[in-house]
Amino acid sequence: MAERSFTAEVEKLKLGAGAEFRGEGILAVTKALLQSGVAYVGGYQGSPISHLMDVFSDANDLLASLDVHFEQSASEAAAAAMLAASVNYPLRGAVVWKSVVGTNVASDALSNVASGGVTGGALVIVGEDYGEGSSIMQERTHAFAMKSQMWLLDPRPSLPWIVDMVEKGFELSEASHTPVMLELRVRACHLYGRFTAKDNVRPAFTVRHAADAPVRDTERIVLPPANFLHEREKIEQRWPAAVDFVARNKLNERFGPDGGEIGIIVQGGLFNTLNRALELMDLSDSFGDAKLPVYVLNVAYPLIPDEVRAFCAAKRAVLIVEEGQPEFIEHELNTILRRADLNTRVVGKEILPRAGEYTAQVMRDGLAQFLRQWSGVETAPAPAPDTSDIAKEVPQRPAGFCTGCPERPLFTAMTLVQRELGQHHVSADIGCHLFSILPPFNIGNTTMGYGLGTAGASAFKRGDGKRPIAVMGDGGFWHNGLTSGIGNAVFNKDDNLTIVVDNFYSAATGGQDIPSSQAGNKHRSTRHAIETAVRGVGVGWVRSVDNTYDVRRMRDVLREALTTKTTGPKVVIAQSECMLNKQRRERPLFGKQVKAGKRMVRARFGVDEKTCTGDHACIRLSGCPSLTIKPNPDPLKRDPIAHVDNSCVGCGLCGEVSHADVLCPSFYKAEIVFNPSWRDRALDWLRRRTIGLLAHG
Amino acid sequence: MAERQRITLAVLALGGQGGGVLSDWLIDVGERSDWLVQATSVQGVAQRTGATIYYLEFFPEAALDAREPVLAPMPAPGDVDIVVASELMEAGRALLRGLVTPERTMLVTSTHRIYAIAEKSAPGDGTADSSKVLDAARRQAKALVAFDMQAACDSTGSAISAVMLGALAGSGALPFPRAAYEDAIRRSAIAVEANLAGFAAGFAGRDEAVPGLPTPLTLEDIVAEAERRLGEYQDTDYAALYRARLAPFAHRSPELRRELARTLALAMTYEDVMRVAQLKTRRAREGEIRAEVRAEPGQILRVTEYMHPRWQELCDTLPAGLGARLERNRFLRRLIGPLFERGRHVRTTDIGAFALLRLLASWRRARRATLRFARENARIESWLAAIRSEPDDALALELALAQDLLKGYGDTHARGMAKFETVIAAHRALRSEASAVKKVRALRQSLARGEDAPATSAASA
Repeated sequence: MAERSFTAEVEKLKLGAGAEFRGEGILAVTKALLQSGVAYVGGYQGSPISHLMDVFSDANDLLASLDVHFEQSASEAAAAAMLAASVNYPLRGAVVWKSVVGTNVASDALSNVASGGVTGGALVIVGEDYGEGSSIMQERTHAFAMKSQMWLLDPRPSLPWIVDMVEKGFELSEASHTPVMLELRVRACHLYGRFTAKDNVRPAFTVRHAADAPVRDTERIVLPPANFLHEREKIEQRWPAAVDFVARNKLNERFGPDGGEIGIIVQGGLFNTLNRALELMDLSDSFGDAKLPVYVLNVAYPLIPDEVRAFCAAKRAVLIVEEGQPEFIEHELNTILRRADLNTRVVGKEILPRAGEYTAQVMRDGLAQFLRQWSGVETAPAPAPDTSDIAKEVPQRPAGFCTGCPERPLFTAMTLVQRELGQHHVSADIGCHLFSILPPFNIGNTTMGYGLGTAGASAFKRGDGKRPIAVMGDGGFWHNGLTSGIGNAVFNKDDNLTIVVDNFYSAATGGQDIPSSQAGNKHRSTRHAIETAVRGVGVGWVRSVDNTYDVRRMRDVLREALTTKTTGPKVVIAQSECMLNKQRRERPLFGKQVKAGKRMVRARFGVDEKTCTGDHACIRLSGCPSLTIKPNPDPLKRDPIAHVDNSCVGCGLCGEVSHADVLCPSFYKAEIVFNPSWRDRALDWLRRRTIGLLAHG
Repeated sequence: MAERQRITLAVLALGGQGGGVLSDWLIDVGERSDWLVQATSVQGVAQRTGATIYYLEFFPEAALDAREPVLAPMPAPGDVDIVVASELMEAGRALLRGLVTPERTMLVTSTHRIYAIAEKSAPGDGTADSSKVLDAARRQAKALVAFDMQAACDSTGSAISAVMLGALAGSGALPFPRAAYEDAIRRSAIAVEANLAGFAAGFAGRDEAVPGLPTPLTLEDIVAEAERRLGEYQDTDYAALYRARLAPFAHRSPELRRELARTLALAMTYEDVMRVAQLKTRRAREGEIRAEVRAEPGQILRVTEYMHPRWQELCDTLPAGLGARLERNRFLRRLIGPLFERGRHVRTTDIGAFALLRLLASWRRARRATLRFARENARIESWLAAIRSEPDDALALELALAQDLLKGYGDTHARGMAKFETVIAAHRALRSEASAVKKVRALRQSLARGEDAPATSAASA
């Protein structure tokens, strides 16, 4: 993290026993890891768990003092493979990533570690990016837990509980020799709350102890015949041990009365929303004193058959509130009840939606129907204000490139090139650059995953027709794109063009450093050029453009890449610093210099309202948040004109676009000289006097 | 339901507007006033443009009784006490989500607009109707505080989050004294003075009516403005020509006369090199730019224009005969053309560049002889003739309004011209039909919305 500091958060990690911790859910997890005596931590950044990675990256001294090894892994697969350290040694280890995408990437290593089993506690912390605000495909991590047999914790969103579940997770993992997943939804990760801290615990056994005294046990390695043994072990030993641990430690909770003909079973992570829905129906209160029996699954997998049977035994029906699909818990409940020959009806997806987030409103509707059907009670309907008259007015606000983003001119150049050469197939990737698929650029046909832009274009061989274009970010490039995309294209003699967006950070996840970052980093090795790596795997045609804002140059390079007779993969590396991070660094610096009386020049752009005709062609080639519209000040004209607001950072794209596309003479660059020198002032005086004489009107 | 102890609050903002900072301030205010505060959000990650929502719940410590309350991580319709929106359409979004209910919700919103990409990139006017959203807000909210918070930012130099905090404090919806909020701003130690000023402006903000659409100009106003502009553009004779061109329409409908007076003035002041040079060398311009970019007294301003003189503009600017010959001369075009392929950076705060533009502007005395003038003049004459010979006022109005399709420079202007011609041709083909007005209007409006001129024939419109 070059441009942001997490010093304040690091301080919170140092809190001792009895102190009150206040902060976000994911930071609470970070603290809980240290309280649990974790020996090593790895992971890959991504919403909603970036904060954990960022804070640990800034906590080197603290981690060193506790003998905790922390690594910013190259990918989730690399992070998951780290858990190998817990196989033979009593080391507690944790890895973290965005799920379900990160779990996809990690699944090879996860399968291996889950098969052989662990000695030290192994915790996989996943930010379940599902529902509102999610940027990925809507799937469940639950499936991975089941298929590899890792236990899945889904604590209710309350900091004390989340922290407790981290510690219990390690114990569960050790008791059952099984890696444990801890799932936190987006809102839980960002949930600000409080808990009472405990002292940090230095691991009794550290990674250094392990390396100094290696232990080997071939029965833990996934190779015949041990692999067959592992499967038996999972069923015969680890599973019962886990069920026993969960039951004994009462990780699942009960709310409300004991009796009753109907009840509710809910995933822990959904309990607070469920309670609110019940409260609004007069069926619970602010402390969870529900009028119906509620069984909260803070452990979503495995289910505890004794608990389920006891809860369901005397009930006619239970409602299972389980978000997402397939409805694994519902299936399992039915199986448990059938095996016990209980006739309790399990009601789930037949009334609750099969797809989509379970908001309070969704739950309320489902509960109303459940109560109507199974207890004959009519509940008051939720308020449903009629706002149909404004449905068409309120515009969508898709996320887009930031003000002054260096990736915008790249897509402007692509737009211009495609106007000349026709539309090309564009294989997009994951990262900020994926916003190209939205207006105003509308560029990109598919995206197949992080770092997979080039591989996503690999079916289109033979360069006799139009060359497909792949886009890949620097983050994806180092994550796997160098091998899965570039190496693959070299080996298979592709003729495609790959554009690598090199903005010096893993920008979309919050600006973390990566191998090609330009900033020096005391704890990581940076400044490894993408061009060197690309040439190293055998690409001959490589062009680096070190100023993406030069739209004409960018356009010309792209045109050459798409038309050159040279065979083999072409790689264009588009390099300019992420503007968000650049501003984070430079803006405070600028203010400081101005305050110190230094001569400083600030540039920003403007639109001449007298010459702008309101066609908005510039906006369609840019989409910059600072390039907007305002009512036409000309009483004879109707349509709004373009306007640059004060958030402009002076990147210059507007002007370049109007040059490259011969748009109009309305853009101007205004340079404001702060603390001008005597020379500036003298020249300015002369200019103004002369121009004053020449000017008219 | 038992007596309600919590207060729930949702903040709707755009990424980068400081919704997180506002949330942090509120947490601080609440905790120091002995309330348990829970806050959460679904913000994007690093990007700055999407809609975000922050949600807070306050619970009095005194009511805890050593138990932890079960607080919700997301707002539920019917359960939200306060909604704070940083922009009018975000208030609209809160309304659409059902978060604002008449029994419970205080809505505090800014009335200014940050246009969404779809609104901005529409070729014509694609902006949403603010008054509808504001009407719905008045109807749905239990109480409403709505005013232009951006204006308060501009006048105080504060972040909009501070104005939002002030407006929220001023609404009295939360049980905390003014000083508690101000202390929170001070403790955050960032831009304290500006944010306190913004807070004060927000605190004083009350529900304000949003200015409606300006009343349309009268025919007299339009003609007066047009004559002034034509005099500046060319000379008094040119203004007289304008008046003479309007004269034959004296007996037509008021709407046609008004719109034609407007569009004819625009047609006769087409943007050529001399006009652009003239507009860029006005005496008032420096002051306008200084205000626009907020240059402070004592700071020096340098202005660089992005201009792109084209070969075509050279031809356009020459006397008609010469220009037309040059336009056809391939040899000369190859010889001199490359000079016109690059954009030019013209620093109009430098004496030389300014003098050059003045010189170009003064070429307007020869405008009547130029190739462009000959062409524009002929187009205007035939357009006026078409309108004159159309007896149906409504249909004639459509022709008059077709001029609004002409926008921009270079290729953009050429596309506009193609759209204009399309409407004229459609009128010719359809004028005898009963539904001609409807069809021509639909065509004109669809052309105004779309970027490209259609290749289809007028009759199929």
